[in-house]
Amino acid sequence: MIGVERGEFLKLSGMLAGALIIGFGEQGCSNQSAAPAGSPLEPNQWVAVRPDGAVIVNIAKSEMGQGAATGLATCLAEELDVPMSSIQMEFPVASPAYADPDFFNLQMTGGSTSLQHSYPVMSQAGAAARSVLVAAAAKQWNVDPTSCKTSAGFVSGPSNQTASYASLVAAARSIPVPKNVVLKSPNDFILIGKPSARLDLLPKVTGQAQYGIDVRVPGMVYASVQQAPRFGATVKSFDASKAKQVSGVIDVVEIPKGVAVVATNTWAAFAGRKALTVEWTPGLDHLDTDELYVQREDLARSRRGTLVFVNRGDVEAAGGSSIEAVYKTPYLAHAPMEPMNATAHVTSDGVEVWAPTQNQTQAIGFAAKTAGVATDKVILHTTYLGGAFGRRLVNDFVTMAVAVSKATSRPVKVMWTREDDTQHDFLRPLSVNFIRGAVGPNGRVVALDHVAVAEAPVASILPLQKPGFDPSQTFGMADSGYDIPNFRAAYTFADAGVPTTTMRAPGANQNSFAVESFIDELAHVAGKDPVAFRLDLLKGNPRYATVLQTCAKNAGWGHPKTAGARQGVAFAVWDGTPTAGIVEVTIDSGNPVVHRVTVVADPGLVVNPDIVDAQLTGGVNFGLSMALLGNITIKGGTVQQANFDTYNVLHMMSSPEINAAVIPSNAPSSGIGEVTVPPMAPAVANAIFALTGKRIRTLPFIGA
Amino acid sequence: MSTITVNGKSYDVDVASDTPLLWVIRDVIGLTGTKFGCGAGLCGCCTVHLDGVAMRSCQVPIAAAAGKSVTTIEGLGERGLSPVQQAWVDHQVPQCGYCQSGQIMAAAGFLSQNPHPSADDVTSGITNICRCGTYNRIKSAILTAAGGKDGVQ
Repeated sequence: MIGVERGEFLKLSGMLAGALIIGFGEQGCSNQSAAPAGSPLEPNQWVAVRPDGAVIVNIAKSEMGQGAATGLATCLAEELDVPMSSIQMEFPVASPAYADPDFFNLQMTGGSTSLQHSYPVMSQAGAAARSVLVAAAAKQWNVDPTSCKTSAGFVSGPSNQTASYASLVAAARSIPVPKNVVLKSPNDFILIGKPSARLDLLPKVTGQAQYGIDVRVPGMVYASVQQAPRFGATVKSFDASKAKQVSGVIDVVEIPKGVAVVATNTWAAFAGRKALTVEWTPGLDHLDTDELYVQREDLARSRRGTLVFVNRGDVEAAGGSSIEAVYKTPYLAHAPMEPMNATAHVTSDGVEVWAPTQNQTQAIGFAAKTAGVATDKVILHTTYLGGAFGRRLVNDFVTMAVAVSKATSRPVKVMWTREDDTQHDFLRPLSVNFIRGAVGPNGRVVALDHVAVAEAPVASILPLQKPGFDPSQTFGMADSGYDIPNFRAAYTFADAGVPTTTMRAPGANQNSFAVESFIDELAHVAGKDPVAFRLDLLKGNPRYATVLQTCAKNAGWGHPKTAGARQGVAFAVWDGTPTAGIVEVTIDSGNPVVHRVTVVADPGLVVNPDIVDAQLTGGVNFGLSMALLGNITIKGGTVQQANFDTYNVLHMMSSPEINAAVIPSNAPSSGIGEVTVPPMAPAVANAIFALTGKRIRTLPFIGA
Repeated sequence: MSTITVNGKSYDVDVASDTPLLWVIRDVIGLTGTKFGCGAGLCGCCTVHLDGVAMRSCQVPIAAAAGKSVTTIEGLGERGLSPVQQAWVDHQVPQCGYCQSGQIMAAAGFLSQNPHPSADDVTSGITNICRCGTYNRIKSAILTAAGGKDGVQ
């Protein structure tokens, strides 16, 4: 997906020697009972079969709600032939052994890639374990291994011999582990394709799941960091005398990102911080988002500094009835429910870190650099993540915890407030999209010319292969499979000094708003029905057309169920998954109200339909929250929003009825966690047009 | 020094009197199922029951909780899963799960005040934020816990 040279990553890749250490210090997040005598069978780094029959599955991808942990364990259990009830999942200490070869050799979770990348890995891991267990049984019975069968944790032989996996662990340990085992045919799947309970569910309904914020290590203190109130400012001086008088405050230390108040509990650290006086150097004191929109529209219209990445036909010579439009989308904070935090302990031997991170490789590199140690002296424990949406790909919060621990020589948990989280996010970029297009006499689109101007958010995660070109920020511009004879797409890098990173359906959550709104505008010019108009553009792509047709059928296109409502449609392809959305909207006091949403996706093979449904519906709510409410503005270099009273997010009251479906398929799995986000904003915009005749080309729809 | 009862157990805590109940529960007593989301009573991640009533514990100073009985998510399910938790399992509600302790405590408090809610009662009564967007399953689970079938009364 993102082209970067591997050599550059290897430099980044902080690595540590790979012993499997499981658990979370004194508290322990493992539900594993004391290990019985006898070593487990460990045919690879992904699975261990214990002599008591428990199957430990190591989940190297971060579990942030997307259900990857359950999905990956299911793939392994399917090939190992064990019931899900025997699975215990663990989040192992980060290690090069868990690097993802399909993800620049990083241990990282993003881009809805966990299942696509790890499906073959986990399937092979389970199949290899099964193979040695079968070989051990066959040896005992003196039969051909191919005459043996497995089911639910047992091997059975040709003469009705049976042996449990547990009983075979010791014998299987001495059998060489095969590579490239033949996997099951989908027809033989027992677990894959059927809903099974999430493995993380029970800890999450009983309060037992350990997130970053829940880490407690012996001798730990708590810290809160006053960061710069304006982008680009740094500490000039500070007065800690009043802060140090606050009950519970232990110390006040300066770190590169600000001033840290260290205390005996989180509240005391927050209270101490309120009593702190800090003088800051000048920063980007004139930064203003109103001006950024003007600058970026000028950049888009002038095509200055733009990089064309698709160019077919000749958009200038195409002719036809042409229109143009400018679409604007704001900076957004990711706002996961768990504010940023990390716990670190710098000692003379190295540094131990506990963090809710999506990017273990970067976290190790940052921790090593901050502590001044080699990367193999960093031990990184990954906790559950209380939401992420891309935010936790950037480990500034890890750097901060390590810096405070280093300055105080104590194990310390650095906790951000909600206000910190909103105002010091690596934001979703601010973009301006300029599109021109033309409809020919035949009523079809003959030309589309699209320029998108935004930051390069991926640069916070990976070095860009081509300076000034962020492939993620082009997603959604040229992926829809529309048959448009003259087509040009270009991206212009703009940087105002605002930190950015990717956010759920990066690029597409902005570009699809522009493209799918504009396609609707062209349909109006052509006098065509918006669904029929798109289906015509998808004639050469039956797979995509089926998704849109099914969505139109499921939604009852043309016949909204909500009284007084009109429908809007959008289609997008993100990460290989074509997805259509149709919304039903009314207007109340001038604001759109979304009543019903129908989405259909074709993500290939579905491992767990219930988790896929959860991701599709969750993505709808997330996409609506972005489209209807999400808005970060900057004045005088300061983010104007702080807590949930100023940074608005969707509540249950505004969440619509959602009908999600997938097209059945055995094709390789593609992404599912982000795909329903891109169609939401344009579908709502198109419904608003159908209702009012007015085009809204700036997000958010409410309170902008 | 304040004395509070949490999940039936009495604790003497020595913190500043304005310390919110949330941080006493988490940092002093060490029960971490109750979460911090906003510190301003806006998101509901920190919801607990104070003398049986759902409250946002980030807005309750320890001085105001002294002598009262607090129930947290750990206490709700002490004798197996409560009906609300069981409904959460039946509907496989959580995704990241971070807000769900608060959602469950809010739902349990809501149902004790309004045992037979309509779907509209639920959407107006539950104002906790979930960024994963599990609202649809939360609504169904609350209606199931209230005795309806799969969220349909």
